[in-house]
Amino acid sequence: MTTQGAAQQPDARPPAFLEPEHFDDVIQILRRRGYRTIGPTRRDGAIVYDEIESAQDLPVGWTDEQSPGRYRVRPRGDHALFAYASAAHAWKRFLHPPNLQLWRAQRTNGHVELVADSAPPPRYAFVGVRACDLEAIRRLDQVMMDGPYVDHVYRALRRDAFLVAVNCCDPSGTCFCVSMGTGPRVTGLADLVLTEMVGAGRHFLTLAAGTASGQEVLDELGRRAATDEECRLADASVEAAAQNMGRSLAVDGLREALANSPEHPRWEHVSKRCLTCGSCTLSCPTCFCSTVEDVTALRGDATERRRLWDTCFSVEFSYLHGGSVRLSPRSRYRQWLTHKFSTWHDQFGVGGCVGCGRCITWCPVGIDVTEEASVIRQAVPLPGSTGPMTE
Amino acid sequence: MAKTRKPTLAVWKFASCDGCQLSLLDCEDELLEVAAAVDIVNFVEASRAVAKGPYDISLVEGSITTPHDAERIHRVRRSSKLLVTIGACATAGGIQALRNFGNVKEYTSIVYASPQYIETLSKSTPISDHVFVDFELRGCPINKYQLLEVLGALVHGRRPVTPSYGVCVECKRRGHVCVAVAGGTPCLGPVTNAGCGALCPGFTRGCYGCFGPKPMPNTSALANYWSAGGMKRLDVVRAFRGFNASAEAFRRESELHDT
Repeated sequence: MTTQGAAQQPDARPPAFLEPEHFDDVIQILRRRGYRTIGPTRRDGAIVYDEIESAQDLPVGWTDEQSPGRYRVRPRGDHALFAYASAAHAWKRFLHPPNLQLWRAQRTNGHVELVADSAPPPRYAFVGVRACDLEAIRRLDQVMMDGPYVDHVYRALRRDAFLVAVNCCDPSGTCFCVSMGTGPRVTGLADLVLTEMVGAGRHFLTLAAGTASGQEVLDELGRRAATDEECRLADASVEAAAQNMGRSLAVDGLREALANSPEHPRWEHVSKRCLTCGSCTLSCPTCFCSTVEDVTALRGDATERRRLWDTCFSVEFSYLHGGSVRLSPRSRYRQWLTHKFSTWHDQFGVGGCVGCGRCITWCPVGIDVTEEASVIRQAVPLPGSTGPMTE
Repeated sequence: MAKTRKPTLAVWKFASCDGCQLSLLDCEDELLEVAAAVDIVNFVEASRAVAKGPYDISLVEGSITTPHDAERIHRVRRSSKLLVTIGACATAGGIQALRNFGNVKEYTSIVYASPQYIETLSKSTPISDHVFVDFELRGCPINKYQLLEVLGALVHGRRPVTPSYGVCVECKRRGHVCVAVAGGTPCLGPVTNAGCGALCPGFTRGCYGCFGPKPMPNTSALANYWSAGGMKRLDVVRAFRGFNASAEAFRRESELHDT
């Protein structure tokens, strides 16, 4: 799909009806159109996003159980295709690659020459983008390409990406998209939006087009329109999901509370438990920080600069002249949580959290951001807590 | 370093298994490049031809475990412009530093038929306890790409780029599924320095802490979380007493649980 503003809205047509055993047709149409199809697949005891060649690569009949610091997959006893919550990976690993060569140079006869990488960026089709993750992509768009500083790698990948979004019917124990206003229903712009209805003896998909290119795919698929009854059933599944959030977070006043509580004792409390491993930031679908490293050949005749995902939880992240400005784990945790729920608003006009729950699930010691943020929000401001942030 | 001639390189062995210096021979594809960049003049594992010092760069493998070695390391230091320690033995005392938690006399009496001929120190200590070290390269064994990076940096007179964050960062960059969260496997990754490329988690195994503690590791939070999950005290102790048992943060944590 093209960037948001440029996308064309087709006429509102009823969604198409699709039997789950024919979902592979959608994948094959996308592949014939030259897309590399990326979707959920089961690997090493988790559902991850990776290249899928057919619907057989999907975690058919599997679901997940997620709680703080714990993730397990288990069979559901049916043939559901999308009946699980957010996968271990976020889509950012494809749009904002974790380890990327920015440029390389070669020295020949004393002359240094930049070597251009001529390979065109892959055209991705993301299959199974949940509402929270769709919103996360929109927020990454804001950071990476809609503002004054454009990340050209991101924009090239994003501009050509085709998004098949999923209305989420199976939230996990760490989900709180309802609190963040990002799901479980897809409200953002996607090329196709699918809903999977499983239960009461029925199993079917509905597919609605959100863009002209989505409509082209639907036209090629050539399926009948879903009946009102089918649409109602699918809709009810999404409605039910909204009542099934594993977690909740009151966000009213949270932005201000975090901005005004740099000396709250809770920061010390959480820093005693936090491993500063950065798993939360690296799992987060909107955390975008990176660093660059230069690699030179032993002979000194070639060099390359690579960009790598970084995390604000490492000591070196805030290294300036003379040392790190956020040396204590307390200041590092505070930096992250405050950025997500408070200063992100100052920078980008929205928050940095979409409620996907990954930071809670993938924290090796199960630290729960909804709990930490709630404690700060509920606290009566302490004397002196409105002072400037200090280490 | 003089541009007119290649820097000379010496490789030294102390108490160790030789695995780290083998990493140099293991470079295979890059070995010719290494030989083109430096003059390997003292490397008895590779060649009997040994040139006298002083040397521009010395790679030191192994820990100090005998009175003889405690003397010898000073001679190595005196004959080296730059001294780089390689591996967990040289940087933290190695697996043989398990003796630091016991009584070495008891061990020798059990292991050797004639223990009266064994002259050994009560502790296995890293090289930096004895002489000034210019750069430490962690790992059990070291990562050959890190070795090439350090050699390249020294040859070209720049700072080596080695990570100062935990294994989790490498794991997530590589797209590995967290073995601790998805498998319930005890993993030292969150407190261990990166550098191996998250090798074990890539094969769904927990991290064994081969690269030693990362900067400011919260070992207690990890150990307490394990204990709360039902891990036995002895298992917590053993997790921290691996190849870097005597590295300060790991030693302290294991001793807290060793009661």
